[in-house]
Amino acid sequence: MPTRARPTLSALFLGFAAIGLSSFGGGLTAWVRREAVQRRGWLDDQQFLSGYALSQLVPGATNVNLAVFIGTQMRGVPGALACFFGLTLPPMTIALILGAIYFGMHGMPGGESLSIALGGMGAVAIGLNLGTGIRLAQRGIRRVIPALIAAAVAVSVGIVGLPLIPVLAVMIPVSLVAAWWAGRA
Amino acid sequence: MIATLWQIFWLFALLSMVAFGGGAGVVPDMQRGAVDTYHWMTAREFLDLFAISRAAPGPGSMIAVLIGQKAAGLAGAGVAFVAMFMPSCLVVHFVAKGWDRAARKPWRAVVEQALAPIGIGMTFASGLALARGTEHEYLSYAVTGATTLIFAFTSISPILLLAAGGAVMLLTAG
Repeated sequence: MPTRARPTLSALFLGFAAIGLSSFGGGLTAWVRREAVQRRGWLDDQQFLSGYALSQLVPGATNVNLAVFIGTQMRGVPGALACFFGLTLPPMTIALILGAIYFGMHGMPGGESLSIALGGMGAVAIGLNLGTGIRLAQRGIRRVIPALIAAAVAVSVGIVGLPLIPVLAVMIPVSLVAAWWAGRA
Repeated sequence: MIATLWQIFWLFALLSMVAFGGGAGVVPDMQRGAVDTYHWMTAREFLDLFAISRAAPGPGSMIAVLIGQKAAGLAGAGVAFVAMFMPSCLVVHFVAKGWDRAARKPWRAVVEQALAPIGIGMTFASGLALARGTEHEYLSYAVTGATTLIFAFTSISPILLLAAGGAVMLLTAG
C-alpha cells in the first residue's frame, strides 16, 4: 500500500462539509467515494469498501459512520470530530432553516410542484446509488465468487426484501472463507 | 418541556442503536413515535418533513433534527441531533481504532477482500430497495435507470443530474 500524505484537520472538515452540502436525496455514499477516493486520494477503493461495510454493520446513519471511520483512520479523535461535524453541521443548519420556513408557511400554494420536483430528485438519487455500485464493481470485482456474493446480497436484500442482518450473518462468513481460500490458492 | 426533551432523546437514541444498514430503515419507527405515541405532529406533516429531509443536502437521518424542531424548537433539534448520531459514532470510532492497529496483520487483508463484494452488494441493495419502496411509475424508473448509466459511465456532475430529474418531473406533470 503506498504511503499517503495525511490530510490536515481543516482539509478533512472542509472535504466532508463539501460532501454534506453537495449531496442530495440520499446519494451520499456516491459523494463520499467521489471526494475521498476519486478526487482527494485519502484512501483507495478497497479501504473505502471495507470502511463502508463496517459502517453498515454498526447501527446508525451509514455515511455519518463512514465519516467517523475515515476521520479516525486519518487523524484519530480530532480527525473523527472534524469529519463528523463537517458532514453534519452545515446540513443541519440548512435543515433547521428549511424547517422554520416550512412551519412558518403551512399549506401555501406551490407545495404540490415542490413535492413533484422532490420526487424527480429522489429518482435521480437512487440512480446515483446504483451507478456507484457499477463503478465499484468494475474496479473491485475480479473473480467469479466475489461477483456471486455481491449479487446474492443485492438480490436478497434489494429485490426479495430480506432483512439485512440475517443476510449479512450468512454472507460475511461465506465471503471470509472465500477470500481466505483464494489467498491460499 | 424537559419531559418532551427526554422523550426525544430516548426515541432517537434507541432508534440509532437499532438502525442497522443505515437510517432509512427506522423512518417508519420515527413516524410511529412522533405521530402516534407522542402526538408531536400529524401523519401529513411527517411526510412533508420526510420530503424536506430528502431534498436538503446531507444525511437522510437529518429528519430526526426536523422532528425535534417540531416537537420542542431548537432545544429539541439539538437533543435529537445528539441522540441520533453520538451513540453510533462512538461505536464506529472504536471499531476503526482496532482496525488501524491491525494494519499489518494478514487477517486484515483477508477481511478487506471479503468485505469488498459485501459492500458492493449492499450499494446495489440500498438503491434497489429505495426504488421498490418509492417508485411506482415508468417515468421514475426511467429516470433512475438513465441516471444509473450516466453516473456510472460519464463524469457529468451529479448536481446537474439532480436538477434535470426535478425538471423532467415538473415538465411532464403539467
